[in-house]
Amino acid sequence: MGSAVGRPVAVTGLGFVTPIGNDTETVWANLVEGRSGVGPITLFDPGDLPTRIAAEVKGFEPERFMDRKAARHLARYSQFGLAAARMALDDAGVDPSRLDPDAVGVVLSSGVGGIDEVERNQATLMARGPRRISPFAVPMMIADMGAGVIAMHVGAGGPNFAVVSACASSAHGIGEAAEIVRRGDAEVMLAGGSEAAITPLMLGAFCQIQAVSTRNDAPERACRPFDTGRDGFVMGEGAVMLVLEDGERARRRGARVLAEIGGYAATADMYHYTAPDPEGRGASRAMRKAVTRAGLEPEQVGYINAHGTSTRLGDIAETIAIKRVFGEHARRLAVSSTKSMVGHLLGAAGAFEAAVCVLAIDRGVLPPTINLESPDPECDLDHVANHARPARVDVALSNSFGFGGHNACVVVQRPGRNGTAAPAADQRTS
Amino acid sequence: MTDALDFRELQTLAAEILGIEPERVQLPLSFAHDLAADSLDIVELMMAVEDRYAVALPEQELEQMKSVGDLWRYLLAHHGERTSERDAVVG
Repeated sequence: MGSAVGRPVAVTGLGFVTPIGNDTETVWANLVEGRSGVGPITLFDPGDLPTRIAAEVKGFEPERFMDRKAARHLARYSQFGLAAARMALDDAGVDPSRLDPDAVGVVLSSGVGGIDEVERNQATLMARGPRRISPFAVPMMIADMGAGVIAMHVGAGGPNFAVVSACASSAHGIGEAAEIVRRGDAEVMLAGGSEAAITPLMLGAFCQIQAVSTRNDAPERACRPFDTGRDGFVMGEGAVMLVLEDGERARRRGARVLAEIGGYAATADMYHYTAPDPEGRGASRAMRKAVTRAGLEPEQVGYINAHGTSTRLGDIAETIAIKRVFGEHARRLAVSSTKSMVGHLLGAAGAFEAAVCVLAIDRGVLPPTINLESPDPECDLDHVANHARPARVDVALSNSFGFGGHNACVVVQRPGRNGTAAPAADQRTS
Repeated sequence: MTDALDFRELQTLAAEILGIEPERVQLPLSFAHDLAADSLDIVELMMAVEDRYAVALPEQELEQMKSVGDLWRYLLAHHGERTSERDAVVG
C-alpha cells in the first residue's frame, strides 16, 4: 500500500446524456441552478405501480450520433453510451481512428445493460414463440456491447470491456481505466457508464423492495438525500463518458486538462445484498484507501460527491463512513448529492458524479443537494443545501456504493495540484 | 393473399431493415455483397418477410436466396401458403 504509482491521468473530455441535459453546458447550468430532471414516466405506462416517476433522458436524438441502421440495432443504453463517447472525444479533441489501434481503449460500465431488450424479447417469446426472438436479441441485451460498439464506431482498438457492480459500476470502470493509463497499457481511455433501465420489470422490482420514492405528486421534490422527508431513490437513466489521457501525452499535445484522476480504491462490505453496512466500514476503507493512493491526506479533500441516494439507511451509513475517515475534517469539507437533481443513474451514476467533481474543480462551484428542507439530524455534514456554492476545491472524492456491497471511490484533483503530498507531485515531474 | 404482389412493398420492408433507401433494393443485387447485409440482418429480414407474406422460409431455401430476385421469385410462388405462425423455420 502506498501512494499512486505510475503516470498522472488527465481528464481531457466529457460527454453527457442525462435527465438534465445532453451536453456539458446544459448539464452544468442545471446543476448550478439546482433544477430537477425528475418527472412522470413517459417511456411506458406505469399503470398502478406505486412509483410512477423517474428521471428520464429527454430530447435524445440517436441519429445525431449513428446511422439509422445502427440505431435500430443498439439497445438504448448502447445508444446513450455511443453518443456520450462521441461528445467526450470531440470535447477532448481526440480522434482514435487517427492513432495506433492499441492507443485508445474503452470501459463502458452498466448495471444491467440492455434490460429493455431482454423484456421485449421475453414478451415476444411468450406471445409468439422462440422463432420470433430477434437475431439481435443477444447483442442488444449484453452489458458489454456498449463498449464494443463504441470501439467499432470511433476506431478504438485498445482494452475494451464493461464493469458490472450495480450502482458502483462506472466508478469501478473509471478507476480501472485510469489504472490502465497509469501503467501504460493505453494512452487514452474512454471511461464511463450507461444505463437505460427505466422499464416495467426494473421499476416493478425496485418497488417490491420499497427502494424507490413514491412521491408521484411532486416529482421534482422526490429525490431528497439527507432530508427527513426522503422516501427512497428515484430511477434515472443516461450515459456519461470521460476521456482519460496519459498526463504527459496531454501536456505534449497542448490539451486542455480539466482535472486528474488522482487515485481509486475498491472494497466490499461483506454484509448484505442490498443494505449497506450500518457502520459504513467497507465504504470508509474505500475512501481512505483512495485518498492514500492519490498520495494525499484526508484533510486535503475539499468536496465529496456523495453516493447519497435518498434512502435512509444509505444516507446515514455514508455519513458515518465519512466521519470515520475524515474525523473533525468531516465538518469542514462539503458533501453534496447531485442525485437530488438527476436521480440515480445506477450503472452510470459513478461516471456522472466523477464528471461533476471534474467540473466542480474546473469551474470553482459546488453543485447543491436540492430538496434539503428538513435535514436528518443523523446526516449532519455540510450538504451544500439547495444552492450552489462558489468554492475553490483542489481535491474531490466521488463515492459509489452498489447492491452486493461493492464500494468504489475515485479521487479527482486539480491538474498540477501543488499539494503537500510529495509522491504524487514527484511523479508529475518524472 | 392471392393478389399480385407489389415489389415496392418488399423494397420498403427490406430498406427499413437494412437501413437503406428503398430504390436501392433491386432484383439483381446480392443482400450480402451489394446491400451490406450481415447474417443477423438477413435473419431479421427473413422473419419480417415470413410475417408480411405468410410464408415459411425453409433453411435449405434460405441458403439459396442470395439476391433480392431469389427472394422475390420465392414469394411470387409461395406467398400465403403458411397458415400457422409456428410453421416458420427461421430463428
